[in-house]
Amino acid sequence: MLDLVWLLVAIPLVSGLGLLVWGKEADAWGHLVATVASAASFVLGVVAFIELAGRDADDRSVTHVLFTWIEAGPFHVDMAYHYDPLAALFVLLITGVGTLIHVYSIGYMAHDERRRRFFCFLNIFVAAMLTLVLAADYLVIFLGWEGVGLASYLLIGFWQHKPSAAAAAKKAFVVNRVGDLGMALAIMLMFAQLGTTDIASVNASIGSASTSVATAMGLLLLLGACGKSAQVPLQSWLLDAMEGPTPVSALIHAATMVTAGVYLVVRSNGIFDASEAARTAVVVVGLVTLLVGAWIGCAKDDIKKALAGSTMSQIGYMMLAAGLGPAGYAFAIFHLITHGFFKANMFLGAGSVMHAMDDDVDMRHYGALRTSLPITFATFALGYLAIIGFPGFSGFFSKDKIIEAAFGYNVWVGLGTLLGAGVTAFYMTRLMMMTFFGEKRWRDEVHPHESPLVMTIPLMVLGAASLLGGALLAGDWIVDWLEPVVGHTEHHELAIPALAMSAIIVAVVAVGATLAYLTYGRRPVADVAPLDSQVRWPVRAGRHEMYGNEINEALVVRPVQHTTRTLVFLDGRGIDGFVTGLADRLGEASQALRKPQNGLVRSYALGIFAGATLVLVALLAVTLA
Amino acid sequence: MTAFWTLAPVMVVAALGLLFARKAVHAALCLAVVMISLAVQYAALGAPFLFAVQIIVYTGAIMMLFLFVLMLVGVDTSDSLKETIAGQRLAATVVGLLFGVVAVLAIGQTVTGAVTGLGQANENGNPFGLAELLFGPYVLAFELTSALLITAALGAMVLAHRERLGARASQATLAERRMREYAETGRHPGNPPTPGVYARDNAVDLPARLPDGTSAPDSVSQVLRDRGQVRPAPGAKDPVDPADTTDTGPREVEE
Amino acid sequence: MTEYLSLSLILFTIGAVGVLVRRNAIVVFMCIELMLNATNLALVAFAHQHGNLDGQIAAFFVMVVAAAEVVVGLAIIVSIYRTRRSASVDDADLLKG
Repeated sequence: MLDLVWLLVAIPLVSGLGLLVWGKEADAWGHLVATVASAASFVLGVVAFIELAGRDADDRSVTHVLFTWIEAGPFHVDMAYHYDPLAALFVLLITGVGTLIHVYSIGYMAHDERRRRFFCFLNIFVAAMLTLVLAADYLVIFLGWEGVGLASYLLIGFWQHKPSAAAAAKKAFVVNRVGDLGMALAIMLMFAQLGTTDIASVNASIGSASTSVATAMGLLLLLGACGKSAQVPLQSWLLDAMEGPTPVSALIHAATMVTAGVYLVVRSNGIFDASEAARTAVVVVGLVTLLVGAWIGCAKDDIKKALAGSTMSQIGYMMLAAGLGPAGYAFAIFHLITHGFFKANMFLGAGSVMHAMDDDVDMRHYGALRTSLPITFATFALGYLAIIGFPGFSGFFSKDKIIEAAFGYNVWVGLGTLLGAGVTAFYMTRLMMMTFFGEKRWRDEVHPHESPLVMTIPLMVLGAASLLGGALLAGDWIVDWLEPVVGHTEHHELAIPALAMSAIIVAVVAVGATLAYLTYGRRPVADVAPLDSQVRWPVRAGRHEMYGNEINEALVVRPVQHTTRTLVFLDGRGIDGFVTGLADRLGEASQALRKPQNGLVRSYALGIFAGATLVLVALLAVTLA
Repeated sequence: MTAFWTLAPVMVVAALGLLFARKAVHAALCLAVVMISLAVQYAALGAPFLFAVQIIVYTGAIMMLFLFVLMLVGVDTSDSLKETIAGQRLAATVVGLLFGVVAVLAIGQTVTGAVTGLGQANENGNPFGLAELLFGPYVLAFELTSALLITAALGAMVLAHRERLGARASQATLAERRMREYAETGRHPGNPPTPGVYARDNAVDLPARLPDGTSAPDSVSQVLRDRGQVRPAPGAKDPVDPADTTDTGPREVEE
Repeated sequence: MTEYLSLSLILFTIGAVGVLVRRNAIVVFMCIELMLNATNLALVAFAHQHGNLDGQIAAFFVMVVAAAEVVVGLAIIVSIYRTRRSASVDDADLLKG
């Protein structure tokens, strides 16, 4: 069976490309084919997972070469897949959540005339993402990396008739290019320094290279990860990416693609293990993003943007955990999976709410929706409890472990994650209160109604997964499962017992939730947002996404524009000026020469006569001499 | 040498007349003087055939041609002697003097040795000697000049020919045009009045007198009016207003 | 002999200066004729000096060519006068930079 893992990629790829070129007659059934293709991948993934789980712990890794992709002198790249416990978990997450979102989209996109195309893009995305996680070579990862970038671009801009969507797609593409540059440079560095881009070989031979090489490689990979995972400083595209259809936000910009950066860091654990500095950089980036994302999430009134801020923040957690080294890799992946469940759940729930509210995304127009949308409310509540880390829910286990590990690494980092947990509770409670509780604030012509079953069933499944995802940690299963990939985990002894740590976290979460309840649950919410001038600076900063766009504008765009203008000026006035100036001088000289050419025959005759005289005088002079 | 020394000053003066004569006709006459004097010089230099040719071709044909063209272009037009190109006259004078002095001093002194004279060459008569050369060694050039002359004659005809663009106006159309002009502008369709004929001045440059004693400017030829050569009719109550005549260019008013 | 050459050169120079200073195209043409005649005088004088008739033949050819040239040149002057109503060489100055 494990020889057929390539089918995981091939099925959605063939389905997606096939439907894309099939034509209009596929409009009627294309979405079903796409969903079945995704589901088939999922089934294959489950079968492969069971077979892998059945093997010995040392034997759980299969590398299968399909064909030689590039063969150029010493440079050799195989098109090969590497199926190991880490890849297996990702395959299940991608195909599982992906299939649910395919099903959900059948309902959500039912009235869109370009539905077939939407499903084609989703399938292509699934194929590219699976290529990314199954790749055995960094160059193949890069292939999938660009593939998901393309799919993300196509899907963010799916409603391209909206200028904002087209601009958001372009922005995502451009910002991702910055990250991709880092990734490409990292791969080139690998080849230059280690002579190979094969993941296993790189991780094995990085020890022989100097620490500075490992640091450079790690920082470049981190740049790539920042771009894909919307980490500071390349975070600005994610909030705009919410212009895409909501299932896209759930699948690509919450559950799977944006976590590719975390995957890349974990997959390159050999490199990061070899460089303390690179790991520190990862921790710093993760911590900053965690707090920035949470801050933004507190200030946004747009439900999808609030969730997007939350996504940034949660990926910050994962990134931070990945930066902790072997102590954190497993927890990063664990949180990644539970987050995949509950964030996809909440995004789809938000989509269901928008569906009910005529595509209005402003939470200030919601309120008291729990009675109108009971199923959505219930499943959303499961996701909510999971993300804030309510005891027993999946997020509780995964986040606890990260905070614990962070405290084991450094007290200040630990306090930062703890603060993040509190803020998470605050903004998620705010979101819940504004959406489902309080008084109804929607306008009269809006009639909220529960979504059809095809949309609510995925919600229920994901809700259940949010509730039960913590089971993966039972008996440290996931840590043992990932050990062959990420290495042995040392256990940190904290100054205080783990149980007390959990109690502290729960207490902080409770404080955050209570604050939000007091602010938004007890008091009526204005249905028009206060103006920027009426709110204090933290809110203002959050609303403006921590001025990320302005910072990019000031630090990158303007200097580049100025440089360009200077160059254009130099080119125009300097180089062109010299050339055109030369031409101008020649022109002026010609103008001067024009003057004697006056058309008057007698002037010409005078010239001739004077010339003849000159010749005569010259002849005479020569003769006399 | 008597002929030379007699004629040389005349020729130089006549040539200078070519430079200073204001009227083209005077210049042509000066040129004719130079050419005839040249013919005499030829005769003195033992070239009686060229003497005849010079008289016939130059003074006879070419000068006549010049005079004809002068008549066509306007015999009365004279150059204003004001120079229009800045410095042209001064430069021409300087260059001309330089050229003349250098040429006369240098080239004029190159011929040395005794004069051979044409006594032997003209043994059988000058035209006979020329004919021997023309139809001997120079026969090809001679034939070519005949081709050149024919080409030149054809070229002149082509250049001077004017293409008729429309049909020739018939008497009927002319009459119709006159009547239409009368209808539109009130111009009289009949003949203009003839110039006045008086006891003292039987001339075309006097306007006719109308019954009321005023003069009729229309009666004088347009050409004379253009030149401003209309004299006031004796005894007319209103002499022709000079402003009535339209001046079309710098023309000299003759008495 | 010198005096004939000198006379010829003086006439030639006068003709050349005339070309330069006169503006009436017909007078300019006459000056050119004057120059041609001056050379003819030199040619005939040389023939007399050297005692053969080749100089006279050359003068004869010059006369023929001058006749042809005058015919064409005057035709050109007439047609220019027809179109431009002017016989001044300064007026025909369209061919300029």
